[in-house]
Amino acid sequence: MELINQHTKAIMEGCKERARSAGLRFEDETLEYIVTNRDLLELTPKLMIPTLYDYWVHDVEVLKEKGRYELYPGNPYETVINTRPAISFYNDNNPDWLNVMIFYHVLAHIDFFQNNIFFRHTWDFDLTGQALSDKRLIARLRARHGRWVDYVIEFARGIDNLVGYFEELARFDPPAVTVGSRRLDYYFDVFLQEVKKVRAAEYLREVERFNSCCVHQGALGEDNFFVEVLRKYPEFETLYEKSLERRPARKGDLLQYLMEHSDFLKREENRWMLSVLQVIRNTSVYFQPQIRTKILNEGWASYWHERLFLEDDRIRGHEVDFARVHAGVTSLPKVGLNPYALGMRLFEYIEEMADKGRYSFAYQKLGDAEARRRFDSGAGKGRETLFAVRANESDFTFISRYIDQDFVDRHKLFVAGKRLNRSRMTWQYYIKSRKAADYRQMLLGDLYHPPHIRVAADKARDGGLYLEHKFEGKPLVRDYIANTLLGIEYLWGRPVHLETSEPVAAAAAGSNTAVAGAFLSAPPERDGERPQITWRRVLYTMENRELSKVPLA
Amino acid sequence: MGEPKAGYTAHVRSLDELLERDRRREEDGFPRKIRVGRMIKPGKGDSKVVVVPTTVEEKLVHDPNFRPPEEGDESLGGTGEGEEGEVIGETPVREAGEAGEGGAGQGEGGAHEVESSAYDLGRILTEKFELPNLKEKGKKRSLTRYTYDLTDRHRGFGQLLDKKATLRRILETNLALGRIPDPQAVDPNELLISPEDRVYRILSREKDYESQALVFFLRDYSGSMAGKATELVCTQHVLIYSWLLFQYDRQVETRFILHDTEAKEVKDFYTYYNSRVAGGTRVAAAYRLVNEMVEKESLAKDYNIYVFHGTDGDDWDTDGREVLPEIEKALTYASRVGVTVAEHAYGSSGNTEVERYLKKSGLLEKKPELLRLDTMGEDAEEPRIIEGIKKLIS
Repeated sequence: MELINQHTKAIMEGCKERARSAGLRFEDETLEYIVTNRDLLELTPKLMIPTLYDYWVHDVEVLKEKGRYELYPGNPYETVINTRPAISFYNDNNPDWLNVMIFYHVLAHIDFFQNNIFFRHTWDFDLTGQALSDKRLIARLRARHGRWVDYVIEFARGIDNLVGYFEELARFDPPAVTVGSRRLDYYFDVFLQEVKKVRAAEYLREVERFNSCCVHQGALGEDNFFVEVLRKYPEFETLYEKSLERRPARKGDLLQYLMEHSDFLKREENRWMLSVLQVIRNTSVYFQPQIRTKILNEGWASYWHERLFLEDDRIRGHEVDFARVHAGVTSLPKVGLNPYALGMRLFEYIEEMADKGRYSFAYQKLGDAEARRRFDSGAGKGRETLFAVRANESDFTFISRYIDQDFVDRHKLFVAGKRLNRSRMTWQYYIKSRKAADYRQMLLGDLYHPPHIRVAADKARDGGLYLEHKFEGKPLVRDYIANTLLGIEYLWGRPVHLETSEPVAAAAAGSNTAVAGAFLSAPPERDGERPQITWRRVLYTMENRELSKVPLA
Repeated sequence: MGEPKAGYTAHVRSLDELLERDRRREEDGFPRKIRVGRMIKPGKGDSKVVVVPTTVEEKLVHDPNFRPPEEGDESLGGTGEGEEGEVIGETPVREAGEAGEGGAGQGEGGAHEVESSAYDLGRILTEKFELPNLKEKGKKRSLTRYTYDLTDRHRGFGQLLDKKATLRRILETNLALGRIPDPQAVDPNELLISPEDRVYRILSREKDYESQALVFFLRDYSGSMAGKATELVCTQHVLIYSWLLFQYDRQVETRFILHDTEAKEVKDFYTYYNSRVAGGTRVAAAYRLVNEMVEKESLAKDYNIYVFHGTDGDDWDTDGREVLPEIEKALTYASRVGVTVAEHAYGSSGNTEVERYLKKSGLLEKKPELLRLDTMGEDAEEPRIIEGIKKLIS
């Protein structure tokens, strides 16, 4: 692993100038390293961060990656990590012209990292530096506590997908303070409804009285309104004052909850574990946006490397080489999803739509296909819209907002189904739907979405920890529950309960294979005889490293 | 010339170290976490296998394989021409399923990397999991392969001085010359050394004699085997194969046989592993095919023959009337017949047809050296599978 040479750095700096003049924004400083495929394999489990803490599971992953490489030798072109300064790695066998294309791709990623608001909490943060100090901390702890450090890492990582990423983001971008007074909010939202429990008619009368006060008395309206309130409810002022003292409790995620409330972790001899938990949590929070912006980020990078490369005068003569590599990265697969391809096309589509002013009511209300095809108000808002999308969307909103029927039709997209053809004994792939709604739904179903699991302090008994999984139509992976709860029990020091929902399959008529739960391993299904599912709440309990389960009423 | 470069991971632990760590977990009261995994590259004939450790980082996550029945078939994205409902492609169910990472697998013969990797696994199994060694049943057979060893002795020239032989010769010469008056007190300074006394060893081509093993892997792929039972049987079979490979120093041949009501030989592990879900079950067909193959190709005189059969225990031949004679016949030449029953979670334990008729036949007690049976639940974990192998081959 070494820095790129001056010749290549000069190419990069040239790319930066061109990318900036096209509107991308990123910091001046970047670091580029040349790496071998082997280096990349070793970096993969460490999320490409050379300074990430050591952990034996990463070693297992490295050995696995090497095995995979033996079977499927791959030649990744680049990877970028989101740090300050941004660091990117380039394969040692890239030719110059290819590096030009890749540099644009990378610069677009950097632009994305540094401008998309879902990365807000990473904007002022040097991850590699932090990771190095974490690594040293963990090495130091390991020297003292041996393999127990690794157990703590393991158990903390077992719940590091449940970190409160959005709460973390909210700290950087708190919701705007509501206009109007808090006293007024308290009166209407809490006092009348929860304290006095007044009837709707009275509530509406009060609203009307307030409105008329404002209309007739202007700036003094609110004060005069409350004069009347105080005459009627003398206790109001005291209650209001009290409500101000009570601050809404910070929600916090499971890791934070453990760090704050676990008696086990608070013990003097275990305090070192807290710092391990903190490291795991911070690292996880840092990477949360990455998984939520895959389509967007790759689409953005693909869009820009195409635009900028083709305009670059330095690569004359390599257009065909470029086309080949570019097509390899961004072609739409016949069946399957390529985030690069989909994202890039969606950006192109959005640009065109905005240029022609089609994100407008005038366009939306057109019913005639031909009129829609010809519609062009000359709005020219394309680039502007693109940059706004890059700054404000995540995969979820990107897909749900911008994939419409025109887009699906233009690229002949469809949802493919797979079914068994008994007479031919084949799996058939067929076009299931060409509706935009179905296509969106399919994409959204595949997006990263950790389960919503909260600490239910009110349900806990005898010092146990009670976790409640909010049911969203999908069960948890059952095989993982035991070990995860084992880890939580260790960190909590007392029994741990997990309330979740599990499917119960009722036996389909005439079939004896569909016994409870058995359909999860998908027995060959008979035509038209799908087992019906009912759901039930169950309570898992991990106590003394033993897992038990009881159904809840 | 650049500086030698260190990796980022200053020290990636070796597989052995990782396994040692895993053993320690058990002592510390936590379940083991490393599995010795196998990856296969799908492809027929040239399928390739590597042995890698794998581990799962368990988390509370939604089950990605779960689909409510009302949603129906698995859905994917796609692009291209065609009307809704139109079929755009198909893949056969029987022959090629999707092979992927984590699946068990072993290609037949061929590429060296395959063997070396499976060989490593065998070594690990032997050393780490303390599997017993098989008795050599012993036909020695000359191989067409030669090894080179420093066995040829030459006087006066050569590659490596054989000091002991040289010294002996010098003593003989000097004794003959009467230069050693007292054999109890030899003075080396007085000895004459003739050029002819120097004995050297040089490389010579040695014929290698090794015992050979031939392993039949039999797998039930009837409809009821879908899913975990298949996975389990294949995993166990690849572990057994690796272990034999180590025991027999790579001189292992394999034959793969699948059966439902009929048996057929398939050409490689890829097909063996991936063929799935056929019709009903008749175990006898598989053993009959083995017997025929052994007889026709007169395999018994050249090989240590092992037969390993994996099944979920279903058999239409409920009392074993057809299958037992075939098994008995196999026991006349085989070094070991090992039967694995992967019981379905919803059956009652110990009550499958195969298990019942094997027990009833008394063969297990009569010939414990030749016939073994192991029954486990279809969701058995790796340690249990290893345990099963011990049972089958110890």
